[in-house]
Amino acid sequence: MNLTAFAFQWILPLLSVAIVLAFVRLWRGPSLPDRVVALDLLATLGMGVIAVYAIATDQPVFLDVAIILALISFLGTVAFAYYLERKA
Amino acid sequence: MQTVLSAILIAVGAFFMFVAALGIVRMPDLFLRMSATSKAATLGAASILLATAVYFNDLGIASRALATIVFLLLTTPIAAHILGRAAYLTGTPLWEGTVCDELRGRYDVRTRTLASSPHPLQQTDHQETVQH
Repeated sequence: MNLTAFAFQWILPLLSVAIVLAFVRLWRGPSLPDRVVALDLLATLGMGVIAVYAIATDQPVFLDVAIILALISFLGTVAFAYYLERKA
Repeated sequence: MQTVLSAILIAVGAFFMFVAALGIVRMPDLFLRMSATSKAATLGAASILLATAVYFNDLGIASRALATIVFLLLTTPIAAHILGRAAYLTGTPLWEGTVCDELRGRYDVRTRTLASSPHPLQQTDHQETVQH
């Protein structure tokens, strides 16, 4: 089986379902930290989708986007946590 | 050989990422949710990035993927710790089935310092500690 077909038929749908589940928590989450955790998970899932897409389309340039996404998600989580602690 | 190995690594990584997303929906508590996401999602992302390093078989791409894995392994525990500390200080409720809360009564919310033993006057519940 081709790796491109494997990625498009099995892996990307599985990751899409995972993103929908993370969105459920982002929408329903009872408190603000729950939503921040869901956003952090969404960024990590996006990194995974980008890396799988880089393999499926044979374009290694997309990996740079994954690095930038990891950096920005870490900074965003730290900023949200700082905001939560200052607000209290 | 490379294709098979990277396919296996991608499948393992996608499975762990799906487990992390399932955990964030099904777990009853913020801290249990964080314990599900921060570990499983990091392992899944590291596995998928390792699959890219195996698949492309190039030194520059492999070093970039490994640098991203190291960065993830360094920053995810820090982010989880900062967020968990902020959530505990702002009074996020624990699950009613929680067995052990070792920080109860030991965290002074005003000065944000941790005492080694619970203060006799401050032996309050987590919910009451948060209110002042």
